[in-house]
Amino acid sequence: MLWRGVCVCRRRLWFSMLIAALSAAVPTAPAHAGGDPFAQIAATNFDIVAQGVQALATSGNPRAAAVIDALRDGKLYAWKWPRPDAPLYIRSATGFVDARSGAPVEAPAAINLRRVIVNDSVRAAIATAEGALGLFAKDPAARRTAAEALYQSADPGALSLIERALTNEKNAGVAQVLREAAATALLKSDTGSGSTRIAAVDELATRSDLSARNLLASLHSEPPPVAAAIAGAIHDIDRRLKLWSLVENLYYGVSLGAVLLLAASGLAITFGVMGVINMAHGEMIMTGAYTTFVVQQLVAATMPGLNEFGLLIAVPAAFVVAGGLGIVIERCLIRFLYGRPLETLLATWGLSLVLQQAVRSIFGATNQDVTSPAWMSGSLDVGGLVLTVNRLWIILFALLVLGGLMATLRWGGLGRSIRAVMQNRRMAAVMGIRTPWIDALTFGLGSGIAGMAGVALSQIDNVSPNLGQNYIVDSFIVVVVGGVGNLWGTLFGAVLLGIVDKFVEPFEGAVLAKIIVLVFLILFIQRRPQGLFPLKGRAAEA
Amino acid sequence: MRLDRANIATLSCVLGGAAVLAAMNLLIPAVSPLHVPDFVIAIAGKYLCYAILALAIDLVWGYAGILTLGHAAFFALGGYAMGMYLMREIGARGVYANPTLPDFMVFIGWTHLPWYWYGFSHFWFALAMVMVVPGTLAFVFGWFAFRSRVSGVYLSIITQALTYALMLAFFRNDMGFGGNNGMTDFKDVLGFPLNRESTETGLMLVTATVLSLSFLLARAMIHSRFGKVLIAVRDAEPRTRFLGYRPESYKLVVWTVSAIIAAIGGALYVPQVGIINPSEFAPGNSIEAVIWVAVGGRGTLYGAILGAMLVNLGKTWLTSALPEIWLFAIGGLFIVVTLFLPRGITGLFTTRQPPKGSKQASAATEASMREAAR
Repeated sequence: MLWRGVCVCRRRLWFSMLIAALSAAVPTAPAHAGGDPFAQIAATNFDIVAQGVQALATSGNPRAAAVIDALRDGKLYAWKWPRPDAPLYIRSATGFVDARSGAPVEAPAAINLRRVIVNDSVRAAIATAEGALGLFAKDPAARRTAAEALYQSADPGALSLIERALTNEKNAGVAQVLREAAATALLKSDTGSGSTRIAAVDELATRSDLSARNLLASLHSEPPPVAAAIAGAIHDIDRRLKLWSLVENLYYGVSLGAVLLLAASGLAITFGVMGVINMAHGEMIMTGAYTTFVVQQLVAATMPGLNEFGLLIAVPAAFVVAGGLGIVIERCLIRFLYGRPLETLLATWGLSLVLQQAVRSIFGATNQDVTSPAWMSGSLDVGGLVLTVNRLWIILFALLVLGGLMATLRWGGLGRSIRAVMQNRRMAAVMGIRTPWIDALTFGLGSGIAGMAGVALSQIDNVSPNLGQNYIVDSFIVVVVGGVGNLWGTLFGAVLLGIVDKFVEPFEGAVLAKIIVLVFLILFIQRRPQGLFPLKGRAAEA
Repeated sequence: MRLDRANIATLSCVLGGAAVLAAMNLLIPAVSPLHVPDFVIAIAGKYLCYAILALAIDLVWGYAGILTLGHAAFFALGGYAMGMYLMREIGARGVYANPTLPDFMVFIGWTHLPWYWYGFSHFWFALAMVMVVPGTLAFVFGWFAFRSRVSGVYLSIITQALTYALMLAFFRNDMGFGGNNGMTDFKDVLGFPLNRESTETGLMLVTATVLSLSFLLARAMIHSRFGKVLIAVRDAEPRTRFLGYRPESYKLVVWTVSAIIAAIGGALYVPQVGIINPSEFAPGNSIEAVIWVAVGGRGTLYGAILGAMLVNLGKTWLTSALPEIWLFAIGGLFIVVTLFLPRGITGLFTTRQPPKGSKQASAATEASMREAAR
């Protein structure tokens, strides 16, 4: 019993000490304003206005947010001539309200009014004040945002405020950000003993991002122990940043690899399995992207409720449209050119020009607007990484497509026929497989997969008639590197090229990275014309 | 060298046509309906350059079976070498009036001429570089490609990768070749102002002469013993190898010669169109040049010249009259020619050897190989 009483007493004592510290930390108002933050804001001296803003934000006054917002938006008005009661008005849509009470007032004569204008120091005070106001919001997310803003502004004047917020904070995540904000504020101020400053440095070292590093690097003329702690912290942060950037590059590489994989999967069938040089492959991807656009328009026009799922409907639609187009192309063009790869190359190049111009004539040359559903936008924070959700979906989708393709070839009836025709055409024909029809279906399958790739690529690239051209060269590179007729090789080739590209890019720039990849391809084909994973045995000769 | 009918007909068409156009431009007064306006001369000069490129492609595609999708790279490299000379020729007459640095270098803040620009103020040096640089590139590229026996579609794709890589490289400002704007605003060549009509006509006549000489050179090559082996390599590479020839050496020689011919075409092209920029390296250009050859008829040389003229006439007319149709037309041309006209337009009028693969063709190949072997 006694213990509890002591405890309560202690807490009260602690609290009152804190309040005392707080009031000491709040900048003292000049005598003429009488400590009234509203009167300070009505002053003509910018420094006093800034102090008033700060004082108002920390005062806990319920009108604080409205007044500071009005000041920021240029809607706050003061009396033009000095008056002891220093009135302040907020212009609203309908008239004027009193800044102090929020009650509507009769509009004062315009000649007597002066808009309260701001300069940079007042603007900075407003930013800090808005952060401060957010610190006491109900919503933890809002408190977190406010704490982040304070962390970024690193304003020594906000230190007391942050400490007050920290004592009330229950949410561990927000408290962490608040501690970091307190550390920056402390380090930026000249106060604090050596040990508290070292503690603040350690606090920032755990945060280990670029802003923390910059802040630490900006500190000079610290006492030796603190300076040593800072150097150590910067070293730690650098090491961790390097590690994160490595992971980040890997992720970007894998993500680019997924895009390449999607683009190349269809080609792995038409070129890899059938040996058809299809230069119109990129246009199959473009067809898929335009199908996505049309499906989204149709869904928006007929079933607005399904808008979020237009993309899901577009996947099978693109497969059917591009696959059907592929079957038509095989029957009308490619089947006459089997065994003449150079002629196939020229004819399909011509076809790609025709398809591009056809799309340009129908839809126009401008980019079409394909929307992203809500479940594909946004990003995830994982450690020091920001992973965009649509990229994650694309990685997943690429793997699903590849898996589905492998399963079809391995277990599906069509897949069995495709493999039979690929390995021994005449024997397959003897066994009753209609080989010309299988050729058409195989080509359709490859084209359909290119169409599905187009659905995914419409999310990250411009849907224009030239969409496919950007992927055709890369797709060939992937299939060739991976080894013709080998889907695992395609996966490997795509991820390898994606990662190589992203690791070269930071050093040499995107263009040079591309050139290096192309030179790499030229050398690679010469060293290993069969790809990294050449087929062995009978299939190799087929 | 035999002066057979094909030689005489082609040479008289090219040289005679160019001379007639030049005469009708220079000698007939502008008021007369027979006067040929300047723009026709400019267009004719351009087409003749394209014909040189087509001839170079036909030499490797028609006679060595190398489908190149990157020959415009050599054309553009030759053009750049000539463009560098023309840039230096501007001297202090540029916008920034810098006597040594071209405008675009001043613009990006360079103070010194890069070492690889030295010497380009001399015409003879530029002329040598027009042939040396693309020739060396072709030799090195071919050395690696043919020795490791890369052929067929793979070779086509890496030639395309080559020109694509060069395009990206030349788009970079810090390469020192003017970035994506390239080089332009040329004033004169060898002291002749480029905007004077007599210079234009003269350049067109020079181009026609160069085309004729290249044609004669190509004919001489393919009618020699060397050419016979080359055709054997095209039709049956392994068999030729087993007979004791080195196909890669034959291919390398014809590949390098062809690249140099294409480069000279590019060098003549630049003063006539007045600009050279990285888009000349675009893979689409090379493939379009291949279709000129296919339309005219591959493996005839004169067919390449004819095809380049016809397709470009069609392009000039269509892109101004019906720009929407042009891509349909050229795309359709690719398809129609490969499906229905494998021997091109000239194939319609000649009854040469039957298509390859038949008994007679292989017999003919055997015969030519025996002849070559002797």
